[in-house]
Amino acid sequence: MNAVEVNNIVKSYNRGKPQALRGLSFQVQPGELFGLIGPDGAGKTSLFRILTTLLLPDSGAATVLGYDTVKDYKIIRRLVGYMPGRFSLYQDLTVAENINFFATVFNTTVAENYHLIKDIYQQIEPFKHRKAGALSGGMKQKLALSCALIHKPQVLFLDEPTTGVDAVSRKEFWEMLKKLKNQGITILVSTPYMDEASLCDRVALVQHGTILDINTPQGIIQNFGKPLWSVRSNDIYRLLNDLRAHDATYSCYAFGETHHITLKEDDFPIDIIYQYLQSKRHESIEIQQIKPNIEDCFMALME
Amino acid sequence: MKQFLAFVTKEFYHILRDRRTLFFMFGLPVVQILLFGFALSNEIKNASIAILDQSKDESTQALITRLDASRYFTIIKTLHHNNEIESVFRRGEVKLVVVFPANFRQELLHTNATQVQLVADATDTNTATTIANYAASIIRQYQDELLNEQKLPYTIRVENSMLYNPQLKSAYNFVPGVMAMILMLLSALMTSVAIVREKEMGTMEVLLVSPMQPLMVVFTKAIPYLVLSFVNVIIILILSVTLLEMPINGSLTLLLLECLLFIFTSLALGLLISSATHSQQVAMFISLVGLMLPTIIFSGFMFPIENMPKILQIISNAVPARWFYEIVKSIMIKGLGIDAIWRETLILLGMTVFFMGVATARFKVRLEG
Repeated sequence: MNAVEVNNIVKSYNRGKPQALRGLSFQVQPGELFGLIGPDGAGKTSLFRILTTLLLPDSGAATVLGYDTVKDYKIIRRLVGYMPGRFSLYQDLTVAENINFFATVFNTTVAENYHLIKDIYQQIEPFKHRKAGALSGGMKQKLALSCALIHKPQVLFLDEPTTGVDAVSRKEFWEMLKKLKNQGITILVSTPYMDEASLCDRVALVQHGTILDINTPQGIIQNFGKPLWSVRSNDIYRLLNDLRAHDATYSCYAFGETHHITLKEDDFPIDIIYQYLQSKRHESIEIQQIKPNIEDCFMALME
Repeated sequence: MKQFLAFVTKEFYHILRDRRTLFFMFGLPVVQILLFGFALSNEIKNASIAILDQSKDESTQALITRLDASRYFTIIKTLHHNNEIESVFRRGEVKLVVVFPANFRQELLHTNATQVQLVADATDTNTATTIANYAASIIRQYQDELLNEQKLPYTIRVENSMLYNPQLKSAYNFVPGVMAMILMLLSALMTSVAIVREKEMGTMEVLLVSPMQPLMVVFTKAIPYLVLSFVNVIIILILSVTLLEMPINGSLTLLLLECLLFIFTSLALGLLISSATHSQQVAMFISLVGLMLPTIIFSGFMFPIENMPKILQIISNAVPARWFYEIVKSIMIKGLGIDAIWRETLILLGMTVFFMGVATARFKVRLEG
């Protein structure tokens, strides 16, 4: 049995407006760390809300642990953990009060499941008597995760848990997720950060309410299929226009301080591009073939 | 049960840690009672008046002494000429000028008829009418005493008897009104805002995805406000009895039970509002305009309902505070029992059941319908 199964889910909020979800389907295996990667407005939150029984789909069906999200919502609510994107806890309650409250709501105690949250909670325990509102962004997320875990959920839904969190805390957060996965918890996590995709077992790339691709991060990269070149010169802005103007260019987009290009023909000699750029009076030109990452794949799939 | 307690404790934490809310909840009733009791009274006490006595005889002296001795008036000026009247009013020094014509006593005794002129500042119509009436009645009393010395046939004496409130204390009117207002404000506004805050903060989402009964989430939020409102009722009653010398003529138990019923009505309205709104501002706006305003206007404590146009009188029937006001007045002031107010009680009970029913039916176990 799949931990989560989504079949052709359609959801629109207002008649006539574009649909938020346009027929999504995918499965998540038990014990998997599954990532939903996509920009803001792709439909990630809507999907999570349907799976956590907070919203009804217009059509299609979904099951969590074999239970229907519409019919069996009461059972699902007992079995899953959910951390919404804007979840901010009770700011005027202390760390300890927050976690005790959520433990009681889920019919358990902190002591009973302490082993589950130990690694995470230990980091914030020194601030036990501090109000949640006075915690840093990273610590807030750790507390929120502890609260979502306290009842030992079988499936954990994390909606953009690392948005607005600093790089160090993000890294720590993903390490925690890996540990939780090792304890057998199925985790669905959404994120707008492409670089986090490689930390998942499998990812679904989502855009405009549809799934562009589902695969392992390696699989997605392998499917890229074309040689990818990174190009830089002294005039980065003019370079973009010049590269796009060349007939052989298939795609070209800015990527940090370089531009990533693919060519229409895989065996097109790259020297010709080099000479073309020289003729355009670019200086200190560097062209090298690189391994594509998830963002390159995302850009390619969006075409 | 443990969950229930955890929720109620959490709610108390929210309230007790928010100093402003706390001040609002306990400061407001006290301030309102004190304001209405001492500052916003429409009783007249020690109004400044002036006298223009052109006769200066035994009778006018007697009258002036009586006016000055009454607790309604203080004579602050004696005028000597007619044209001074205008200027004392212009300067706003006095509210009333009493003018005695020349030969006052002589005309009274010999022609059996004389005049006193009462000139009042009618920029404030109510005050002007009231103090003119007070002055007239003092003068009439004097006249009655003079009459007793003579034998005159056919006299009609009007005897006023102010039932239930012989001293015409305004506290009798506004204490029940303020009570209705504060309970409405605390129970309905605070509850609805507290519930909507959970929606706004995103915590509602987490609570929905939990084994908790969704309705329980909402009802437990109402409990602390029920307790605090009831504490407020007791504070208001203590203040009214001790400071404003307001009696509780009827049964205290019945009064407290009726207050409890009205708190439930307000809580039901609060739940109804929270089920229809998603932001704290909207909830607050609806509570203030949709509940507070009708409570002030239609309960009858500021404006008598009998004086309203027919259509407004009909509308006033739908305002719970109107019935509560009626009930509290009957118990506290008239000292009546349940046999006199069962109709009002039933109406309130019906409203509560209705609002609670609609709120429950409208409650969503998901984020949207």
